[in-house]
Amino acid sequence: MIDVLLAQGSGFFQKRTGAGCVAENGFCPSWIADNINKYWTPLGQHVFLTVTAVAIGFSIAFVLSLIAHRQRWLTGPITGVTGALYTVPSVAAFFLLIPVSGRGNLTAEIALVSYTLLILFRNITAGLRNVPEDVIDAARGMGLTPNQILRRIELPLAMPEILAGLRIAFTTTVGLATLAFFAGGSGLGEQIYSEKAGTGGIFFKSNVVVAGGLAVLLAAVGDLVFLSIQRFALPWRRATAT
Amino acid sequence: MTPSHTAQPEGQSSSADSTAAELEFREATKRYPGADTAAVDHLSLTVPAGEICVLVGPSGCGKTTAMRMVNRLIDITEGDILLGGASVKNQEPAELRRSIGYAIQQIGLFPHHTIGDNIAAVPRLLGWDKDRIHARVDELIQLISLDTDVRDRYPAQLSGGQRQRVGVARALAADPPVLLMDEPFGAIDPINRERLQNEFLRLQREIRKTIVFVTHDIDEAIKMGDRIAVLKTGGHLAQYAPPAELLMSPADDFVEQFVGADRALKRLALQRVRDIDLWTAALARPGDLAEGIRRKVADADLHLALMVDADGRPQGWVSERDLAAAGERIPEKPSSSALPFIDLDDVLRDALGRLLDSEMRYAPVVDGAGRVTGVLSIDVISHALHVPPEETRSSTELVADAE
Amino acid sequence: MAAGHGHMSALLLAQAGGALGCGPGPQHASTFSDAFQLIASERESISGGVCIGGLSEFGDLALRHLGVSLLAMAVAAAIALPTALWLGHIGRGEFLAVTVSNVGRAVPSLALLAFFVAFLGLGLPNVVAVLALLAIPPILTNTYVGVRQVSSETVDAARGQGYTETQIVRRVEFPLALPLIFAGLRTSAVAVVATATITPLANVQSLGTPILEPQTYGFSGQIAAAIVVAAITLATDGGISALGRALTPKGLKVMARPTAQRRLTLPFIHRTRTETT
Repeated sequence: MIDVLLAQGSGFFQKRTGAGCVAENGFCPSWIADNINKYWTPLGQHVFLTVTAVAIGFSIAFVLSLIAHRQRWLTGPITGVTGALYTVPSVAAFFLLIPVSGRGNLTAEIALVSYTLLILFRNITAGLRNVPEDVIDAARGMGLTPNQILRRIELPLAMPEILAGLRIAFTTTVGLATLAFFAGGSGLGEQIYSEKAGTGGIFFKSNVVVAGGLAVLLAAVGDLVFLSIQRFALPWRRATAT
Repeated sequence: MTPSHTAQPEGQSSSADSTAAELEFREATKRYPGADTAAVDHLSLTVPAGEICVLVGPSGCGKTTAMRMVNRLIDITEGDILLGGASVKNQEPAELRRSIGYAIQQIGLFPHHTIGDNIAAVPRLLGWDKDRIHARVDELIQLISLDTDVRDRYPAQLSGGQRQRVGVARALAADPPVLLMDEPFGAIDPINRERLQNEFLRLQREIRKTIVFVTHDIDEAIKMGDRIAVLKTGGHLAQYAPPAELLMSPADDFVEQFVGADRALKRLALQRVRDIDLWTAALARPGDLAEGIRRKVADADLHLALMVDADGRPQGWVSERDLAAAGERIPEKPSSSALPFIDLDDVLRDALGRLLDSEMRYAPVVDGAGRVTGVLSIDVISHALHVPPEETRSSTELVADAE
Repeated sequence: MAAGHGHMSALLLAQAGGALGCGPGPQHASTFSDAFQLIASERESISGGVCIGGLSEFGDLALRHLGVSLLAMAVAAAIALPTALWLGHIGRGEFLAVTVSNVGRAVPSLALLAFFVAFLGLGLPNVVAVLALLAIPPILTNTYVGVRQVSSETVDAARGQGYTETQIVRRVEFPLALPLIFAGLRTSAVAVVATATITPLANVQSLGTPILEPQTYGFSGQIAAAIVVAAITLATDGGISALGRALTPKGLKVMARPTAQRRLTLPFIHRTRTETT
């Protein structure tokens, strides 16, 4: 293993430019510079895939959470179903769906959405349940109706957990969307897979670094966005005891 | 005991002009499905408007349940509860609760709202206009002795005692005729708790709300209540009486035991020195004719003469022997110190404590200017314990007088 | 192990001689029933000349799949468990635990695999390395948090009674952290078994082989493999969950009602709440 690494490593540093670099399947900054435009479309598709999956997943999970909030006994069954959907590997899910919804982004979306359900449902429900009981008792005693309590007390106080769930769902979905091409979908995964180089048709290093790096970057940006929302939209969390 | 009356808002009370309402439990019962005994069993009592009724009893006696039946957080199984003559069952629960103040032990402030928003919660629900709400919030913050810039802070930034006060302010916000308080000072440390209790009593003197106050602590009940309802396990009412009567004549063994073996001492906490009949003593100035003083001593309650100065301030005791041995005139110096002096406004229990501390059986009582008005002795105190309850005062007045 | 394609075909050809004798050629209905049939019995591959399908082949692929996964899990656990146990015990490295979990979530498995294959080549060691890297974050984070949640009074009492530090970790903190540790193992295992589906890209055979070779296995083959993968993953999830329940000390009660304050909100923790409630 070590000698393989060493051999690869020396190749890494030797050829940096030109057609020779590509042929040797090296890390070629010039190739990257020339071909950078190739990545915008896949990146855009990737963003689209992720955002729509999280948005749809959140809507479904939100409704499910509200239902489970009223009828507590439903929490177990819903968790079981969404848990099963979560456990089935995405690649398998893609193929199981293809006969149903064909090849393409739709199949990918369905699988991605079902993957987010557990995380979001779990977090929204936990957030709602974590509201301190005395706050709810005081709210009831003061004369707020159940709907008012939900809208004005429970949901706002559940926001930290909900935002955490969205954060996790987003970053996980970015990762999973790289596999979307198995379902015939687009995105950065397709880009990684399609660019072969060197002998034996294995992955082209430069391509992998850029495409993979973009995926990681996208996940990091999403992470930051949600973190910022968490910080700025919840002023009472920043207030500490004097 | 002060006769029940509809409370008139005194002087500069709140901006709204709702008067306190009478609250009546009429055979109110709560039975949980599947339970053998009722949680609250045919509770009947009337809380006169403007008074504090304390529900007290051991755990499981149904006091909190009874309180929560008033604002229908717990539904009434049988019987009724009347607020200002109208049944609470006639209104929509949420609407009913907006007209009843509610303060609980853990307070339950909304963590995501500022203090100002927390206090303004019910007025907002009722649709008050913004200026009125703003003024009311300021008024309440001052009423609870906090600084007005607390309105923009969050509950997490306040101390426990401050949060507790905000809880009370929130309950008072819409100026409800009735207040429900469930162990509101329970979560506070003992030192601050006493302060908060005193301040609350002072507040009540101003605003005169009808209050149902739940506690498990008999001392707090005696201190806070105009009337006390002692509940037994199973939700039975054992006794409903003002504190002095409760202490003097407990209705049965349970109440007697619950009140505690020291109920005589507890009663002493309810009276001040000025409320009782003191002993008379012969007052002597240095150089007075001894024979005259001897005659006065014979007529007085105390067998000693009290030496006073020209203004009537006590200087010391003149012993029997010295009085007998005096020639024509009273000596210049007294035989012994007259300390401790007892103040007219001292609570009897504290006065007794000081007497016992100094091992004196009697002490001169002085007024604000330091002049003697009588003599307090242990016998006087024990006699006072037999005085019927009508002649004692309520705690509200006790605390208010001290300010 | 870094063999080429058609691992079984050579053997089968030798057995069957010239005629294949493994059933009719590919059916054209690409539905689930066809996939199930492919799992049950062998048939000739689409490209011809090779026997594919049947319980023995899928069984073999499943075993390889699980084998790779198990290997990766073992490596990951060997690295992550002791590290996290010790860090949790001494109370350092919270930042590390949080960052590792964040980064671990963000890195797409395909990109990581492609990266490794591109830079380090094909073969089992690389694959195990990738899978182990994917498995480490949940185990590390959950173990760390699990140890941190052990009340300090308990640890203090143990120390006061004369336990050495290592004994405390082994006999006090580790057992008390088991629910969370198992939640982490469960998350990791599911992720590893799922990702093992794409290992054929690195020339390591697994249940992903039929998926990545439609020219041999056909669409039915892909679906068949997907079904088996799904089944295996669910079984792994359930199996580790059951194992966790069995091994967790009986006296362990779950934390009481959550309070308003939360210290660490990490993704993998949430699995525990339903599992041990």
